Amino acid sequence: MKISTFKRHVIESLKSLKRNGWMSVAALSAVTVTLLLVGILFSILMNVNKVASDVENDVQVRVLINRGTTNKQEAKLKQDLVKLHSVSKIKFSSKEQELKNVIGSYGKEFKLFGGDDNPLNDVFVVSAKKPEQTVKIAKEAKKMKHVYDAKYGGASAKKLFNIVDNIQRWGIAISLLLLFVAVFLISNTIRITILSRKNEIAIMRLVGATNGFIRWPFILEGAWTGLFGAIIPILVVDFGYVWLYGIISNSLASTGYRLLTPSVFLFQIDTLLILIGIVIGAIGSGISMRRFLRI
Amino acid sequence: MIEFKHVFKKYSNEVLAANDFSVKIRQGEFVYVIGPSGAGKSTFIKMMYREEHPTSGEIIVNDYELQKIKSSEIPFLRRELGIVFQDFKLLPKLTIFENIAYALQVIEKDPETIATRVNYVLDLVGLKDRVNAFPDELSGGEQQRISIARAIANKPEVVIADEPTGNLDPDTAAGIMEILERINGEGTTVVMATHNSQIVDQYKHRVLEIEDGKIVRDQTEGGFFQDED
Repeated sequence: MKISTFKRHVIESLKSLKRNGWMSVAALSAVTVTLLLVGILFSILMNVNKVASDVENDVQVRVLINRGTTNKQEAKLKQDLVKLHSVSKIKFSSKEQELKNVIGSYGKEFKLFGGDDNPLNDVFVVSAKKPEQTVKIAKEAKKMKHVYDAKYGGASAKKLFNIVDNIQRWGIAISLLLLFVAVFLISNTIRITILSRKNEIAIMRLVGATNGFIRWPFILEGAWTGLFGAIIPILVVDFGYVWLYGIISNSLASTGYRLLTPSVFLFQIDTLLILIGIVIGAIGSGISMRRFLRI
Repeated sequence: MIEFKHVFKKYSNEVLAANDFSVKIRQGEFVYVIGPSGAGKSTFIKMMYREEHPTSGEIIVNDYELQKIKSSEIPFLRRELGIVFQDFKLLPKLTIFENIAYALQVIEKDPETIATRVNYVLDLVGLKDRVNAFPDELSGGEQQRISIARAIANKPEVVIADEPTGNLDPDTAAGIMEILERINGEGTTVVMATHNSQIVDQYKHRVLEIEDGKIVRDQTEGGFFQDED
């Protein structure tokens, strides 16, 4: 294709958007509504995923060491734990440190258990490479010498993993469904606009235009529709996210969990919305006009 | 050159619109295709630019064997033909300039050549001053002149006109005929379907008469047409 021809297609596609007035507005609105839904859902999903994986990665196994275990034996136990493939990090916490934690969480009354009265055990806090390996690590640690018990939050951790799994699975399913609906909605709206230009396409064919020559301005018009249709959703998602980030971050501060940082996340989601808009607009146009080009 | 060899066309509703058409039209000829409505004139015309496909037989237009060409070749066939319709078929949302330029843009002419050529053909049909108007701002006669200007914009060897004066008053129709005569005078073949006997009588040319899907008369001015081959 000559550069002048491509330039002509670009100019023609923009002119055509203007010429087709309300039809263009209808197609643009369809894109806007769909991308707005996609944008909001993606923002929620990506943040749920982020917080869920933060929570997930937080799960550790607490290996309680038998009282009266010597330093040497403890070092041996640590070595045994390190040998487990799925272990990523081991931290030692003495029974004095453990008591401090208890006092910090539950109150000064527990100071009574200081010194020789401390009923707590020394602990190895073991982090797994992958959260789902936590259970396995706990089971294996339990069998080791000098281990009093190995705790990983048991049922509650399992439950959490299930919830996170479900959120991710459903999130992906809903996103795919929404994208499918988007393609359908946009290509249908564009089809209506093209239907009203059936005669135009027939005339183009009669004067000897190839299918490619006819198709290009329509595809570009679809792409413009997608691009312009992404503007409002981007603004809504950007301003809305920054506003909500301020509010939610404050209440999450005490938990140590964080939402995705606006500067990075918004750049990603904006790019995603623009790409979805352009690709779906162009594909929608291409699909819609196929039947008018059959000879 | 246009040649039909034993061409049959039967529509799905069993109507036989072409019953053994065999005819040859040489380069530079002006041929009327006449006959009552529904006789098969439009089918004859449409088969030339491959809008209709014959059921059997051979059609050759400018070296294209129409029964053999692929769908992707049809646009290239049509670029060698200028087609004029009774209902003008102008693109309503484009200006007169853009309508004519479109036929040149599809063959990827550069913008300067397009501008020169559009001005030339608009001058030829006498509508240079309406270059920025839209089709619905023009009278029927003017729209038909634009349609002719578009048809001849890329210098086709053949102009095919399907009832080009059908919707026009006699004076306007005469104006259209003058233009077609001039185009033919420059060596372009003109095939024109019409049932305007006044025009056929006034501007004498070869006449093909079709009735019930059969060519019943093939007559040059002053006598039946005799094939030299």
